[in-house]
This record gives sequence, structure tokens and C-alpha cells, in this order.
Amino acid sequence: MILVLPIILPLLFMVVLIFTRQWLFFQQAFSLLASIVLTFVSALILSDVYQNGIMAVQPGSWEAPFGITLVADTFSALMMTTTSFVAIIVMIFSPGFIDKERQTAGYYPLVFGLLMGVNGAFITGDLFNLYVWYEVMLTSSFVLIALGGSPEQLRGSIKYVTINFIASIFFVSAIGILYGQVGTLNMADLAAKMRTWEGGSYINSALMLFFIAFSVKSALVPFFFWLPASYHTPPIAITALFAGTLTKVGVYTMFRFYSLFVVFDQQFWQIFILTLAGLTMFIGVLMAASQFDIRKILSFHIISQVGYMVMGLGIFTVSGIAGAIYFTIHNMLSKTNTFLAGGLVYQRSGGYDLKYLGGLYKASPFLALLFFIPAMSLAGIPPLPGFFGKFFLIKGGFEAQQYFITAVAILTGLFTLFSMVKIWNEAYWKKEPDDVKVKNGKVHPSTFIATAMLAVAVILLGVFAGPVIEVCMDAGEQIVNPEMYINAVLGR
Amino acid sequence: MLFLLAILIGVLYGAAVYLLLRRNIFKLILGLIFLGHATNMLLFVAGGLTSGRPAFLRGLQDEAIGMSDPLPQALILTAIVIGLGVTAFALTLVYRFYKVTKTVDFDELSENE
Repeated sequence: MILVLPIILPLLFMVVLIFTRQWLFFQQAFSLLASIVLTFVSALILSDVYQNGIMAVQPGSWEAPFGITLVADTFSALMMTTTSFVAIIVMIFSPGFIDKERQTAGYYPLVFGLLMGVNGAFITGDLFNLYVWYEVMLTSSFVLIALGGSPEQLRGSIKYVTINFIASIFFVSAIGILYGQVGTLNMADLAAKMRTWEGGSYINSALMLFFIAFSVKSALVPFFFWLPASYHTPPIAITALFAGTLTKVGVYTMFRFYSLFVVFDQQFWQIFILTLAGLTMFIGVLMAASQFDIRKILSFHIISQVGYMVMGLGIFTVSGIAGAIYFTIHNMLSKTNTFLAGGLVYQRSGGYDLKYLGGLYKASPFLALLFFIPAMSLAGIPPLPGFFGKFFLIKGGFEAQQYFITAVAILTGLFTLFSMVKIWNEAYWKKEPDDVKVKNGKVHPSTFIATAMLAVAVILLGVFAGPVIEVCMDAGEQIVNPEMYINAVLGR
Repeated sequence: MLFLLAILIGVLYGAAVYLLLRRNIFKLILGLIFLGHATNMLLFVAGGLTSGRPAFLRGLQDEAIGMSDPLPQALILTAIVIGLGVTAFALTLVYRFYKVTKTVDFDELSENE
């Protein structure tokens, strides 16, 4: 029953935090402790799943196709562990960065609401339940992104709320249509029924609705415009948390759905997904390269990197999926880390606009190093994890003889390097601009420690790429052979 | 009945899209509400219409044959509640926005560079 803990625990933590909102220090300490507990639990689940295979629990003793099943396979356990780890880092970072008003206005309980939704989405085995977890996650993120209520945030959050609401509508309609056709909501049962389905091609229309819903949430071309329009508005600790978790939930669900439900017209879906993946990574990185605000460059980068993950899905071989999963984990860490490093720049120099920054390398080489590590990891320089992620993806692409998408991936890597070097050159390397006075602020120790810890984690992920890839291979095996999932849930 | 409901859903979706494309942010929220309702109706119809039969029975197994499916109704109930929550939040957000900017025009949403 350990599998219910990733959902129950954040709920309990949230309740405790709601009632102790005024005690700031307690909130900070408790949330740090709570996220450590959560990581520990997720890691336990991961080791259990890795050793004993897919874990399925039927809460309330309602057997599989009737009740709501909770399932953890290696992929979902990996994602849960990484998410909670990112939460630890953000919990260390936040006290030194977010102002007191926001911290006592419910920042901490909301983070745990978000984590509850994310974890729920990772382990639920029921279609409608998945929608509910998505809403739990999104509602928390709605409030988080608007928290504090500065005009800029309000602008961003109206866009964010609208587009996510519309995406959810697509999601629910698809569930309704699929239920009307197949008559079950249990994902494993649905997948099993689809494999012997003779009822026509309505299923593909439902799948397309699902695909639109998840590509809005994970910011694929052409549904990505909301992301750079809203992600730069809240304090960067919140953006970092979103960057590390939210879009990845969309990617995760896409993997799960593709594995379970794409039974018909696989050829079409593969080409479709690969095309969108290529466009996403390329357009994302080009738009990133044209920005001058650190947060916006990084936001556009999220889009580009999602393209890589989806490319692994389009290849759909064990090594391709494993590469994509490794890449996702690396991205959750490195991306959050670059955002946090951007937060350090803000504390040090008082702004995010590259035109008014400069001379940071000279002023504080350590801060420069903290940006340099995750940025080079994103750009794919060995021995950092970004290199291994891209390497396995590209290797998988060649093995599956998808040469065009692989070429796009390599080209995109170059542009990624370019835009990272752009931040590096403008903010750290060049001299202070003459016409503006760059603020000489102080970096709060907790933000520095958090960023440094995450940078160490990024390096470790690169150093221990071998064992991690082993685990990812296991996860890829389970994704490519959905029978394992189906049998584990239906108890065959 | 099915035909009428189909038309109703279509009209709701049409109205929703029309409202979403207005310049007024408040109408955008109205559009979202319509969109939510249209989808609830879609769920209801897609789940299969059974008229004149209860969704819950206490009696024997063979009485259950032909009873209406309770699941879509449960789903819609959940979706309505979620939609209500999100709508309430969106309305508050727009109100806050109005108080800050004194306008509900979309132009105010674009970033002033």
C-alpha cells in the first residue's frame, strides 16, 4: 500500500501548512522536511518497482476494471522521484528568494497541492482520475502563478488559465467519446479492449483530442504560445518548479497513452509525432535565440527540449524511449537549475534583461559556474547529462533509421549551445554596460546553496549515467511492451 | 431526443467559440463557462442515453438490465464541480485584473515592451 503515500502525504502536508500559514519559519522548515520525506517514499517505490516489476494497487478493494487503480512502473516511479527531488531544491531556494507576503499567502501549501496532483497523474491507472489529478495540479498552478497579484502576473495568468482550461475541455471530451465507444475507463482494460477492437475508427478521433490536450500542456508546436507568455511572470522559484514538473507531466502522459492506446494506424501517429517533435525543437530554439530576457530564453528552451522527449516517443524503440526518459530526468534537473541560476543573477544584479547585465563573471565567478554547469548540460557538452541524453536519443534515431529527425536534433543542439552562450556572453562575460548602473546586490545563502546542490546533482547524473540508463532501459522496456502494464493491472 | 441534444451541444460550442473570440475578457470567461457546459452535455450524450430507467437499483441482478449507466453522470458531476471551481477562480482573477488596469480589453494583455 506504499503506493497511496505519494498522494496522501502531500495532502496531509498541505492541510498542516494551510493551518500554520502565519508561522513563516515553521512553514519553511516543515516543507523542506516534507519534501525530503516525499522523495524518500518515491525512491522506495522506485527501488521496489525496479526489483519486483510493475506495482498495482486497487484502493477500496474494487477490482481492476471497476475501481480506480494506482499503478507504478519504472517510468512513473522515476518521474515521481525526480519531481520530489526538484521540490526539495525549490524548498531550499524559496525562503531566500520569495518575499514574505507571498510566502505567508499560501505558497507552501500550494506547492504541495501541486505535488499531489503531479504524483497522482503519474500513478493513476484510470482515465477520468487522471483528468482529476490534472485539475488538482493545474488549479494549484493557477494560484501559484497569480500569487502576489502584480499586474504582469495577472496578465500572464489570464492567458495561462484560459489555455489550460480549454486543453482540459479537450481532455474531458476525449474521455467522454472514448467511454461511449469502449465502455471502460480503466487504462489497462481500455488498452486490452482496444487490442481486440472491431468497432471502427472513432478511437482515433478521441486519441487526437487527447493528443491536442497533452500537447497544449506540454507545449508542443503549434500549441506552445501560452508558455513563454506566462512562465516569466511569477517569481523565478515558482517558474523553476513549473519548468521542472508541469510540462513533463504532459510528456509523461503522452508516453503512457501512446504505449497503451495507439493500436491503429501506428504509421500515421509515428510520422505525425516525429514531425511535430522536429518542429517543436527547432522553432523553440530559434525563438529562444531571439530573446533578450533570461527568463524568456529559458522558457522557449523548455519548448525546444520537450521536442527531444517527444522525438524519443516517435522513435519508439527501447533505446529511443530510454534515451527520452533519461533526457526528461536530466531536463527536469538542468532546466530547474538554469532558472534558479537566473534567480541568482536577479538577486545579484537586479534584473533579467541581458541588455542591462554584464560583468558577472568578474564580480562573482562562483555564480557564473553555477549557471555554466546546467547551461552546458542543456547544450549537451560531455560529461554532463545533457550529452548522454542527446547521445542516446540520436543513437536510437539512427538505429530506427529516422535520419531526418536525427539531423534536426543535432542541428537543434548547436542552436541550444548558441543561445546558452548568448546568456553567458551577455550576462557574465561582457563588461558592465556603460550607460546603466548594474545593481550590486547580495545573494541569499539559501538560494546559493540550493542552486549549488542542484548543480552537483546534475553532475552526478552525468557521472552515473550508466546505472541510470540501466533503469531507463527497464522503463523503456515497459513502455514498448504495454502487455506488461495491462497484465499487472488486470492481475493476469 | 438525441438529435435535439446534438443540436444543443453544437449551439453551445458555437456560442462558446464566439465568446472566446471577443475582445472583452469577461466574455472570455463566459465563453469558458459555455465550453464547460457543452462538454458536460457531450459526456452525457456520448455515455449513452437511456430514458425512463434509474441509475441505481437495489434489487435483483436481472432488474439491472437496461438500467441507465451511472458512470457518465458521476463523471459529469465531477466535471461540473471542477468547472465551477476554475470559473470562480477565473472570475476573481479578471476582477483583480480590472481593479489594477481599469479595463477588461484584450489589448491590455499584450506586454508593453
